[in-house]
Amino acid sequence: MDERTLDEIIGRYPYPSGRTLGILREVQIKEKHIPMDTLKLVSEKLDTPLSDLFSLVTFYSFFSLKPVGEHLITVCMGTPCHVKGAEKILQSIQEHLGLSGDSSDGKYLETTPDNKFTVEIARCFGACSMAPVLHVDGDLYGYVTPEKIPEILTRYGWKR
Amino acid sequence: MKIQSARDLESARREGLIKIQPGRPRIGVGTSSCGIAVGGMALYERMKKIIQDEYPDISLVKTGCIGFCKEEPIVSVSIPGKSLVLLHKVQPDDAERIISLAMEGRVPQELALCKIQDWDHITGSLVHGGGFDGIKDYDEIPFFANQKKIILRNCGLINPEDIMEYIGTGGYFPAFKAITSMEPEAVIEEVKRSGLRGRGGAGFPAGIKWEITKKASGEEKYIVCNADEGDPGAYMNRNEMESDPHMLLEGMLIGAYAMGVHEGLIYIRAEYPLAIERLMVALDQARSLGLLGKNILNSGFDFDIQIATGAGAFVCGESTALAASIEGKTGRPRIRPPRLTEKGVFGRPTDLNNVETWCNVPVIIAKGASWFSSVGAKGNTGTKVFSLVGKVDNVGMVEVPLGTSLNTIIFDIGNGGAQGRRVKAVQTGGPSGGCIPVRLFDTPVDYESLNKVGTMMGSGGLVVMDEDTNMADIARYFISFASGESCGKCVPCREGLKHMLLILNRLIAGKGTVKDLNLLKELSETVQKTSLCGLGQTAPNPVLTTMQYFKEEYDELLEA
Repeated sequence: MDERTLDEIIGRYPYPSGRTLGILREVQIKEKHIPMDTLKLVSEKLDTPLSDLFSLVTFYSFFSLKPVGEHLITVCMGTPCHVKGAEKILQSIQEHLGLSGDSSDGKYLETTPDNKFTVEIARCFGACSMAPVLHVDGDLYGYVTPEKIPEILTRYGWKR
Repeated sequence: MKIQSARDLESARREGLIKIQPGRPRIGVGTSSCGIAVGGMALYERMKKIIQDEYPDISLVKTGCIGFCKEEPIVSVSIPGKSLVLLHKVQPDDAERIISLAMEGRVPQELALCKIQDWDHITGSLVHGGGFDGIKDYDEIPFFANQKKIILRNCGLINPEDIMEYIGTGGYFPAFKAITSMEPEAVIEEVKRSGLRGRGGAGFPAGIKWEITKKASGEEKYIVCNADEGDPGAYMNRNEMESDPHMLLEGMLIGAYAMGVHEGLIYIRAEYPLAIERLMVALDQARSLGLLGKNILNSGFDFDIQIATGAGAFVCGESTALAASIEGKTGRPRIRPPRLTEKGVFGRPTDLNNVETWCNVPVIIAKGASWFSSVGAKGNTGTKVFSLVGKVDNVGMVEVPLGTSLNTIIFDIGNGGAQGRRVKAVQTGGPSGGCIPVRLFDTPVDYESLNKVGTMMGSGGLVVMDEDTNMADIARYFISFASGESCGKCVPCREGLKHMLLILNRLIAGKGTVKDLNLLKELSETVQKTSLCGLGQTAPNPVLTTMQYFKEEYDELLEA
C-alpha cells in the first residue's frame, strides 16, 4: 500500500478509541491481507512498536499476513452452517480446486498454485438464516449445496 | 436544520410521515444483508430503473428486514388508504408487474404473504387501511401471530437510511422528553423500575449499571455499545442495526444524558460491513439534525458517538477484553474487579451494554416503566429477539416476551423441523450455552429457567437440531470453536479445552473408553470452575449438557 493511501486511512481516525484496529481493518479490506511493509509503515506513523502490531494481526482472525489469490472464498463455519453441512461445502470446494489443507483446528487458508483462488473459513458471518453460506469477494451465497459449487466457481473464472 | 424545540421535532415527524405514507403508492424492498444475498438489491435496482423510466409517481425505498428470512426477498406495497401488503419470495422478473399493479391500486395476489391494516410502532402508530380481502391478515400467519414486536417495531417497515422516517414513527420523541423534561436521576429510576436486564446474556439490571457508572468518580466517562455479536448462530444485532440504526443511537443518547456522559462508542464486528455503513449514515444524519454533537436539542448537553471495529475475536465479548480491544490491544481479559464501571476504556468509568439493551430504552421512556414491565414475566420483563436457525422450518428473527416457552418458539412460530424432520434439541447461548432436549421444551425462556437446565440466555441464538444431528459432534464443534478462540492467558481454558477436544476426537473416532468419558466430565468441571473469564467458565456447557441429556449417544461411541 502506498504511503498516501495509508495516510488517508489514518486521517479517518482522529480519536484514540478503535483507532489501531480500525486502520488495520481498512488495510486488510483494501489489500486483502496485511503486507509486512505496510505494517512497518503503520508502526512508524502511529509510533507503536512493530511487535505490538504483529501481535494484533496474529491475535485477531480478521487479519491475515499471507497474501491471497485473485478471488477470496470464505466458507462460514458457524453453528447453523455446521449443522447444515458446511464441512461438505468446504470439501467440495477443495476437491474442485485441488486443495487439501486441514481445517480441523478452526484455522484454514490455502491458495491454488495458479494464484486464482484462496479459500479460508470464518467463524460466523451472521447470515445464519441462509445456512450454509459462503462469500466470494464479498458476494454472499446462501443455501449452498456441494452440487452448486461448480456453478459458483465458474462465475469467477474457474474451468473444469 | 437543527431540531431545537418541540415544534421542530413535530414538523420533522410530519415530514417523516409523508415519506412513509406519501399519498401515492410506495414500494419497500427488504435490503438487509440476507435480503441482499437472495436478490433484494438486484430487485431494488431493477425497480428503480423501471420507476425512473416509466412510473415516476411511485415512491421506492430500501427497508430493513421484517424477520421472516425464509420468505425473502420480501417487498412491501403500500397503496394510499389500503392495507400494507407484504409480498414474499419476489424475483427480479416480478418487478414490472408489481409496479404496474401498484399504479392501479392492486398487488399480485399469488405473491402476497399477508397484509397489515394498522401497525403499533410503540413510539407512535400508523393506520394503513383495509381492502385486499383475499389476502391473509398479518395476525393469521403463525410465524407473526405469536410474536410481540417492541424492539423490531420498525424493522422492515421504514427506510433505515433516512432519519426522517424514524422520527415519523415517533422516534427521538423519547430522547426529547428525557432531555428536556426529566432529571437524569429520573431517567435512571425509570429504567430501573422497568426491570430491563442486560440483553448480552448475563442479565444484569441495566438501570443499576447506569447508576453505578453515574456515581463512579471521574469526570470523563464512556458509554459503550457491544455490537461484537460473536456467537455463531446469532445475528439479531446485525439485523437491528441494519434495519433500524436510530433506535440504538437514541437509546445511547438517553443513556448518556442519564449518566452524564459525553462520549459514546459502538464496538462492532468488522464482519458486518453493511451495519457499519448504515450506522455511519445514521450518525451523520443525527449530527446534522443536532441530535448528536454539541448542545443537543438546545439543552446544553453534548454527546457524540464514534465507531470502533472489532476484528474477529470471540473473547472480546468479555467486558475487559472488549475494553482492551477498543484501546488497540489484544483482547485478553483481566481479573475483575475492578469492573468497567470503575475502570474501563482507557481507565475511565465505562458503562457497557448490548445493542438490544440500548434499543429498549426509547420505548421505556416513551411508554413508561409500568408498561414495559407488564410485558414478559416477573423478574424477566420485556421481550427478547432470537435468531431461530438451524434445522427449523421457519428460520428467521423472532421477538417474544421473556417467559415464552421453547415449544411456542420452535413449534408454533418455527413450525417444527425443516422438511418434516423430527426436532431433537435446541442449542441456546452459543458456545457458552447448552443443548436442551425436546422433552424440556416447556421450559420458559428466561434467564433463570435456562440456567436451571444447564444452558443460558446468551445473546439470543437458537440453533435447532433434528434427528440427523449427532450431539457428540455438536459438543466437539463447540469445544473446537472455544479452544480456537481461547486467548491463551489462563491455563485451564488454554490447555483444558485442548485436551477436551482430543478426548472428543478420540470418542468420535470410536477409540474412546468409559475412562475417557469420566475424564471428559471431570475436566469440564475443572475448566468451568478455574478459568479466568466467562469464555472458559462456560465453554464446557455444550459438553456437559449433551452428556447429561444425550448420554446414550456418547455410550454408542464407546469402543466395544
